[in-house]
Amino acid sequence: MSGDAAGLGRGRAAAFVLPALVLIGVFLVFPALWTIYLGLTDYRLTGLAAADPQVVGLDNYTTAIGDERFQGSLWLTVQFVIGSAIIGQAGLGFAIAWTMRDRRGPVRRVVEGLVLLSWILPGSVVAFLWIALLDRDGGTLNTLLGTPENAWLLDNPMLSIIVFNTWRGTAFSMMLYAAALENVPPSHLETARLAGASTFQQLRDVVLPRIKGHVLTNLLLISLWTFNDFTPFLLTAGGPEGRSEILPVYVYNVAIGDGQLGVGAAVSFLILAINLVFALAYLRLIRGRNRAEAPLQAPSGRGGG
Amino acid sequence: MRLTRRPAKTLAALAASTLVLAACGSGGGSDDGSVTLTITANAISGGKNANGADWIKTWVIPRFEAAQKAAGRQVHVLFQPNGVDDEQYKTKMALDLKSKRGADIIDMDGIWIGEFAQAGYIKPLSETAGAAVDSWEGWTQIPQAVQGLGIFEGKKYALPVGTDGRVLYYNKALFKKAGLPAEWQPKSWQEIIDAGNALKKLPGVTPIQINAGTAMGEATTMQGALPLLAGAGAEVHTGGKWTGGGQAVKAVLGFYQQIYGSGLGDPQLQQEAKGRDKSFLEFSENKIGILAEGDYFWRSVIAPDIGVAPMADRDDVVGYAMIPARQPGGGIRGQDFVSMSGGSARVLNPFSENAAAAWELLAFMHSAEATEAELAMADEARITARTDVNDKVLADDPMLGFISEKVLPLTAYRPPLAVYPQVSTALQEATAAIVSGTSPDEAAATYQRKLEGLVGGAGNTAG
Amino acid sequence: MNGPMAPTGRRYVGHLLSRLALTALLAVVLAFFALPMLWLATAPFDATPGIHVSLPEFTLANFGAILDNPYALGSLANSVIQAGGAAALVVVLSALAAYALSRVRVPGRDALLYLLLLMSSIVTGTAAMVPIFELANRLNLIDTHLGVILVTSGGLLPAAIFILKDFMDGTPTSYEESARVFGAGPLQILWHIVVPLVRPGLATIAVWAVAGVWGGFLLQFILIRDPERAPGSVILYTLYTEGGQPNLSLIAAFSLLYSLPVVVMYLFVSTKYGFRFHGGIKR
Repeated sequence: MSGDAAGLGRGRAAAFVLPALVLIGVFLVFPALWTIYLGLTDYRLTGLAAADPQVVGLDNYTTAIGDERFQGSLWLTVQFVIGSAIIGQAGLGFAIAWTMRDRRGPVRRVVEGLVLLSWILPGSVVAFLWIALLDRDGGTLNTLLGTPENAWLLDNPMLSIIVFNTWRGTAFSMMLYAAALENVPPSHLETARLAGASTFQQLRDVVLPRIKGHVLTNLLLISLWTFNDFTPFLLTAGGPEGRSEILPVYVYNVAIGDGQLGVGAAVSFLILAINLVFALAYLRLIRGRNRAEAPLQAPSGRGGG
Repeated sequence: MRLTRRPAKTLAALAASTLVLAACGSGGGSDDGSVTLTITANAISGGKNANGADWIKTWVIPRFEAAQKAAGRQVHVLFQPNGVDDEQYKTKMALDLKSKRGADIIDMDGIWIGEFAQAGYIKPLSETAGAAVDSWEGWTQIPQAVQGLGIFEGKKYALPVGTDGRVLYYNKALFKKAGLPAEWQPKSWQEIIDAGNALKKLPGVTPIQINAGTAMGEATTMQGALPLLAGAGAEVHTGGKWTGGGQAVKAVLGFYQQIYGSGLGDPQLQQEAKGRDKSFLEFSENKIGILAEGDYFWRSVIAPDIGVAPMADRDDVVGYAMIPARQPGGGIRGQDFVSMSGGSARVLNPFSENAAAAWELLAFMHSAEATEAELAMADEARITARTDVNDKVLADDPMLGFISEKVLPLTAYRPPLAVYPQVSTALQEATAAIVSGTSPDEAAATYQRKLEGLVGGAGNTAG
Repeated sequence: MNGPMAPTGRRYVGHLLSRLALTALLAVVLAFFALPMLWLATAPFDATPGIHVSLPEFTLANFGAILDNPYALGSLANSVIQAGGAAALVVVLSALAAYALSRVRVPGRDALLYLLLLMSSIVTGTAAMVPIFELANRLNLIDTHLGVILVTSGGLLPAAIFILKDFMDGTPTSYEESARVFGAGPLQILWHIVVPLVRPGLATIAVWAVAGVWGGFLLQFILIRDPERAPGSVILYTLYTEGGQPNLSLIAAFSLLYSLPVVVMYLFVSTKYGFRFHGGIKR
């Protein structure tokens, strides 16, 4: 990477980082640690346990892990993350970025505009849009497909929210990959094409090695965000019968619905732990990349034109 | 040098403007010896419960302030409106009271009183506001059963605002087509099923809508499971024990199975996130034969003009009947008919700095004059807590008169305990299991198991 | 693998086919992203909006009705203050931090960033509601815009630093070195040299932060008391009846009004600064 080009020095660097660190410390780390502590108590929003919460050790954790509803919810969340983030958002985002890479003009602007619009619209508005799309009677999708009375949200709740979240979050991946692809020198692609490489081979041998870091950063962030995404609640409320109750919805139902803040806090920490496993897996991959690619790294700077 | 000190200045200006902009408008108090009181409710002008909010803003506050001024006291009253789901409102109130802050008068669902009291968030009214509470004129006007909405462990924590009752609504036009009588009062569960079977012959009609499943939340418990349980002779919590998956619960679940296992009900409607809204819409479009609901349905859903699913011909087409026990005499207390009731109540904030003045305001809000004014402003009748007001306003509304005279004497209330919402969820899950094809025995056994986990073992369950 | 080149005829057909496939793919993508938006285009103008898309019986009455709501317009201004404030704070603080972290090697830097990123998941979840509320209460931040700004910024900062640091890593350092030779201080270098290079990245972070705070509901609801300070997300939820039924004519009209500012902001930012990642080495 770079040395200390601007002559910051440790002291000034610390001064630059400090404001962010203070804010994070007070409004992120402190409440997070407090929440983790609450996870060790039987604390509730109301009732006797609210007046006098007791430390119960790891009880909340053992209860949660032993609870079928939690296990089911965890499995649904894994499906949700793999389906909507890793395959859906990253896959579609890359596909759009790849097809748009040498296009300029209105088509690209319209496609990018629409994709970004679905990303920035407020969640509660988006929920109405998707209920109108998937509704059993009079939903747009049923009208288009000629399948009246097909209750998408009831018959395929997970598929529905996976497709929904793909729609919702593709923009981030699309932007990231669009930028990453600009780092791939067109001459390398041209050479590969002239050598008769198929699109797949070009992607695997020329593109992927150069954007691997971006892919991993992207996966890390969108997995984390998807793991914590509460918006599907507005579509299915976790139903029918908990069949789309992903973990953030489970936490909401337990903490706010049932008032069991201690259990909710414990499950939040479990979510963090699972995210950590994901992050460590990605990190291993990134480390692998850095070592393998160090010699290639040097002058890749100002590609494109 | 071209490189000036602009960046630092710009940064500072940006940060400062953010803070100034953000900080402006943090509430300030006045120190001129005057008293400021705050009322909060899950009501807001132009939105949820707008009538209640408008009443507080345009009637209660100006009149109370004027009356206080006439008595030589400077009192400012503020209203903090909210418009959210009950559980979110409850969370906010609990957080406020936990931090010993919040409004002086807080409107809440009567069912929360017990858990808030147990948490130490609220105190008995007379402990907060003194002897003035016990000498209030209004107590004599509030029936014992309705006072119960604000009572926990024998102490009065809140003034009830009003109450309601649950009945079976039926569509007379559909009944006629199915060859059923226009004046219908089933005397047993079987007679409901019989009517359903007759309605089943009509195309495009769902015969019976008894709420089930978790998507409808408390509406399933209050309009479905609990009235049926009462009809099977049991209450969800009685004599210090919670009713488990015994005979009564099995009977309730068996009734659900009769409806949803044989095409008398629409299972999908019970699963949709917006299923309850849709059931209202379908009833108003003459697509549902029989629907169990509270009087809210009559007043605010199918009411001509002002309802969310208005029926212009409501008074001619919609009939209502008491909910029968499983068989005559089989209900709680040996009743032939049953119902469930709830209602909201107003509490005093025990951490109020002006408790005496707050009580005066609370009592003023519950005076006959204020109660009548609220109904008049909303242009609707409602069962209030006060008998003197009810006698005047319910005379014009046969439906509410019916609730008041026939239903309220046999109704029952939910236990105001913190664990109740989870027990309620377990009941909803049991009905959901029936809708998706589980047998009543199995669903009842699962319910029993969950219940034991919730209430601390089999020792706290019965029946 | 690397066989001889295909004859030109076959290549032409192949080219044609791939163009066709490309066009089809684009059409599908466009339809997929456009279809759900139809409701927002029709329902606000419908005399009797439902939860489905229909050709509207055209009216502007819904907008008249929502403008009668005492809090609707003011709530949008509040959203601008809260989301704008949080975005400004996040952009400034994360740019400073990301620059320093990018240029100076701090041991354990990456691990720390990952840890903070993970912690942000707890704080944005519902279980942290009590600690956040009590914290805000003790700092006297209940019912202030500042409270909402600080709490939401805390949750957004780690990801913002994480993303921006990537940008900063990608900018060449040679200009900074020459500026240093001419006697520029670090803050000046950051402002005059690095910021212009990463401007599209900063714009992206700003839009991302605004959108994140703009749509947030529960935290804002818990922290704000006076409806005169409530943001649009909170006011949208008031447009239901006591039994929880949505008042669709109000909700549809308000949804459109509530969405417009973010869309306008995006259009403004994207035409003015460009809207993509990796601005520094773009072009």
